[in-house]
Amino acid sequence: MAEIVLRQSPLDHLSLDARAVAEPGPAGVVAGERRFVAKVNLRGDPADEAFVKVAKGALKVFLPTTPNTVDGKRDRYALWLGPDEWLVIGAPGTEGRLVADLRKALDGIVAAVTDVTEGRTVIRLSGVHARETLAKGCGLDLHPRAFGRGRCAQTRLGKANVILHQLDDAPTFDVYVERSFADYLWRWIEDGASEYGFAIVAEPIMAALKARRATR
Amino acid sequence: MTAQSHRNPTGGRIDRARTLGFTFNGRYYEGHPGDTLASALLANGVHLVGRSFKYHRPRGIVGSGAEEPNALVQLGQGALTEPNVRATQAELHDGLAAASVNCWPGVRWDIGAINGLLGGLFPAGFYYKTFMWPARAWRAYEWFIRRAAGLGLAPREPDPERYDGTHAHCDVLVAGGGPAGLAAALAAGRAGGRVILADEQAEIGGSLLAGGGTIDGRPARAWLDDATAELAGMAEVRVLPRATVFGYYDHNYLGIAERLADHLPPAERAGRARQRVWKVRAGRVVLATGAIERPLVFDGNDRPGVMLATAAQAYANRWAVRVGDRAVVVTNNDSAYQTALDLSESGVAVALLADLRAEVPAALAQRLSRAGIEVAAGSAVVDAAGGTRVTSAEIRRLGADGTTLEGPARHVPCDVIAVSGGWSPAVHLFSQSGGRLRWDEAIAGFVPDISRQAEVSVGAARGTFDLAAALAEGARAGAAAAHAAGFGDGTATAPAANAREVIAPRPVWRVPSAGRGKAFVDIQNDVTAADIALAAREGYSAVEHLKRYTTTGMGTDQGKTSNVNALAILAHATGTAIPAVGTTTFRPPYTPVTFGALAGRTVGPLFDPARLTAMHPWHVQAGTRFEDVGQWKRPWYYPRGSETLHQAVARECRAVRTSLGIMDASTLGKIDIQGPDAAKLLDLVYTNAWGGLEVGRCRYGLMLKEDGMVFDDGVTARLGPQHFHMTTTTGGAARVMAWLEEWLQTERPHWRVYLTSVTTQWAVAAIAGPNARRLMAELCPNIALDAIDFPFMAWRDGTVAGIAARVFRVSFSGESAFEINVPSSQGMALWQALMTAGAKYDITPYGTEAMHVLRAEKGFVIVGQETDGTVTPGDLGMDWIVGKKKPDFVGRRGLARADCKRPDRKQLVGLLPQDPKEVLVEGAQIMADAAAPPPVPMEGHVTSSYWSATLSRSFALALLKGGRARHGQTVPVHAYGKTSWAQVTEPIFYDKEGEKLRG
Repeated sequence: MAEIVLRQSPLDHLSLDARAVAEPGPAGVVAGERRFVAKVNLRGDPADEAFVKVAKGALKVFLPTTPNTVDGKRDRYALWLGPDEWLVIGAPGTEGRLVADLRKALDGIVAAVTDVTEGRTVIRLSGVHARETLAKGCGLDLHPRAFGRGRCAQTRLGKANVILHQLDDAPTFDVYVERSFADYLWRWIEDGASEYGFAIVAEPIMAALKARRATR
Repeated sequence: MTAQSHRNPTGGRIDRARTLGFTFNGRYYEGHPGDTLASALLANGVHLVGRSFKYHRPRGIVGSGAEEPNALVQLGQGALTEPNVRATQAELHDGLAAASVNCWPGVRWDIGAINGLLGGLFPAGFYYKTFMWPARAWRAYEWFIRRAAGLGLAPREPDPERYDGTHAHCDVLVAGGGPAGLAAALAAGRAGGRVILADEQAEIGGSLLAGGGTIDGRPARAWLDDATAELAGMAEVRVLPRATVFGYYDHNYLGIAERLADHLPPAERAGRARQRVWKVRAGRVVLATGAIERPLVFDGNDRPGVMLATAAQAYANRWAVRVGDRAVVVTNNDSAYQTALDLSESGVAVALLADLRAEVPAALAQRLSRAGIEVAAGSAVVDAAGGTRVTSAEIRRLGADGTTLEGPARHVPCDVIAVSGGWSPAVHLFSQSGGRLRWDEAIAGFVPDISRQAEVSVGAARGTFDLAAALAEGARAGAAAAHAAGFGDGTATAPAANAREVIAPRPVWRVPSAGRGKAFVDIQNDVTAADIALAAREGYSAVEHLKRYTTTGMGTDQGKTSNVNALAILAHATGTAIPAVGTTTFRPPYTPVTFGALAGRTVGPLFDPARLTAMHPWHVQAGTRFEDVGQWKRPWYYPRGSETLHQAVARECRAVRTSLGIMDASTLGKIDIQGPDAAKLLDLVYTNAWGGLEVGRCRYGLMLKEDGMVFDDGVTARLGPQHFHMTTTTGGAARVMAWLEEWLQTERPHWRVYLTSVTTQWAVAAIAGPNARRLMAELCPNIALDAIDFPFMAWRDGTVAGIAARVFRVSFSGESAFEINVPSSQGMALWQALMTAGAKYDITPYGTEAMHVLRAEKGFVIVGQETDGTVTPGDLGMDWIVGKKKPDFVGRRGLARADCKRPDRKQLVGLLPQDPKEVLVEGAQIMADAAAPPPVPMEGHVTSSYWSATLSRSFALALLKGGRARHGQTVPVHAYGKTSWAQVTEPIFYDKEGEKLRG
């Protein structure tokens, strides 16, 4: 589609791809932008059985009710944001379908489906010092005993509001940031990670790195 | 090559294989890795390090750590200089350059020393007594006083160093790495808890670094090496040397200042952060902060060469430095006996140990006499003679009550007097945590009593000076803290050490004077025992008053060595008991923390986020001048060539009025509102009625606070029967979201409405002007654009330049306008398409300044410019928007107050300056009577004022008392000493019928 070609991420002006490396080597922190990940904000009452059932049917993932947890895998997740709020994640380009499916399924049920794909971008951060890099600006305890894979949180990173999602034990984090703050947050992360060795990787390599770790 | 005249050839924890060169007051010296600046100076025989604050008396090194009151130096040069660093804590590095603070022209010959001779003229409270009259002369006095006093110099250049900060969490935070702290960290770590052990020194070990003794049957230093190795091997234990726990705040939140690179020459620091602040949330805190030795208060006790006994011992044992050639030791407790032995062993001739107590510890005294050191029981040093170095000590016998002297004076030549006046547990952090102190007669010191947070003090910090007992306390506390976090069974085996019996100290707070010398209590701030007695006589008998009147304890050392002595002398002077006098408040930081460390990385571009719109790169390319609106960077104006602000704004305004302008309106707040009760929510928070709004239409709304004052405004569109899209002001977006959530969550929790912020989901380009519709027609094939199908205050979905878009027919400029919302990732594509297609109309990007002018010409208010939290809709002439038939809305009752109905409230008016070329100053005051003498009654003020290219004249908006009834009057407007005249008008200057905007 023509408009896809015209899309720009809020980090495009930093030309990250031009600085991306194929093999991050000994870098303690590897990062890259995941562009245009589909994001849909879903509100509804988890005590409403119809809502829960229908949402599960449309999404193929559970809506977690344990605070700050995530259900799902690969590129479809539901992140718990609040007692009646979830962020549904999908592969790039699927947001229209997701919204349509959810709205159709939830017809007649009190709920709110809002496409927020464009409002945030995702910075993926991975490596043995990823946790320390985040700790520089995040007051939450990210230690494996307190956080860990499959956990998420709405919090502050530096001076930006973010949603953190820990994907694996590398550890790898997806940082969802408001697109207007993305330039700031990228600079903040790069500055903070520099002492550990910092490498930028293009999106497909980042996914491959993660897969490689997962198979180890 | 310079000889280190007072360095022993063996011993100490220094690396003699490497030599470090440094300068002090311009002179070259050498030391070794492991040295502090103080130990290296003493190794070179340098005691004299500065001049005192008030009397400019020569002063020497007193301590060996954080307690040091005298040895403050200016470290480094140029942009890297740092004032008032304690030489006892500054690690030596190659090329280090240090200089004394507070002496001019030099430390040996100091011009301020004249104050010392005039000492009688500088009593306590001198400044208060002398410089207060006449009041206006203070400025003149101050110039001289600040030059003569003051400590080091702040750097003038920007700090080139990097700093960092981090959050951290742990089950157990141990403050202090001495024996008790180590035992605690080991016990907690072995149990499996997450532990942070922070110690302010370069090496972990505390008193073990300088002392002897055995632990678990081995030399204490061997045990120390094993302990640090074991801790280093524990995955969940983090050991931070060079890290001062400087503050203890609520909820076990503590600050640690870690010095990462201060010990390196600047050239080796490249790229590394110099310091890092740790913000720690700890489950439990173990305070193993040790104790601080107290000096004795006797005449001449400030002479260089008079130093704390432990410091003298530490220099001997840890740094292999002889602090002098011939020492006198004076003590009121057991600990200095070992100092005498260690000094003697290191090669310092110990002439005599004077013990204030009549009964001396027999075993220790025997060891001294075997070493050939005389013990003078019941005796004290009553005067130290000398100039820039002590030359002799006068020894006298003390009377039974400690206030009189007996027998003949003995003058013992010496160049060092090592003093011990007992020990004050370092209760600073405990006290900061909110804990209550108790006076312990047995040790003559304050000890922790009642905790307020989850912490425990161990070892010397709670008055337990015996090594075996301190180790046991530490181990017990560490195990218990880990157990509380769910690790281990709460027990631990303490390392074993020999217990010793201790004879209680004999507190003699003021050694009786034999002559007329000064006896200093606060050496840094030059407060004498006589000053304290005088203050007490003058009625400053409360400790907090005493502190402020005499400045005791108010130096950079915060009175670490002086506070207890001061309040004990105050207690004596006022005839009260020490516990009744109490202590002053212990405040963070424990030792000074640099501003750089506190700022961390939050400097320069990372100081505050700059929020950028999708079109930001285009604006940058176009040479736009930006305006900060909240955190947003908004285009302010787009200068062409050498245009000034006014030229550019005039051109941008003309373009909008005559052809076509384009503005980046992405920053407006946007809230998606869904649910069966969505319209009810709008009815609640806006003054007007929303139920009847049709899908496809939008409406302007004013939001009030409960008091009826305007809080925000914006246009809200109905997307569906239960679905609205609200816009807010740029700066108010987060505030409004929180406001709506508050009403929903706390006042109307049963309403079924969901809010989602979609501010950055959409990029918005507003095109405005007579050619706006023509451009739209070209780019937007699937929306009927004429004024009937797509009327003013309606919205339509369609495509613009091939991009899925939601178009609003709203106008803030007064022209026919379209606000085109597209997904943010396509904002740039939209903007470029509009610029390209609009070229034929000379499409002109306009910024916030032109937007302000255009809307003011129409009399549209800006919340925060025409309003300031005291303005009602009625004041703005917007009564039409307040739903009279609505049963309720936020602010309704506020508006019903009599005050909101006064006819003389300040009301929005227009102003036309008499001189049409004069642009009034925003904020200028409208006077009741230009000829009235001051204070002139003020009737209102100018809120917005511009040059209008459209009107070819200046104009303004203002709030004016009873303004609506005063149209046609001419009023005086005053700013910066100038009075102008302006005619009051209706607050609308352009297209009063609104034909252009609707057409």
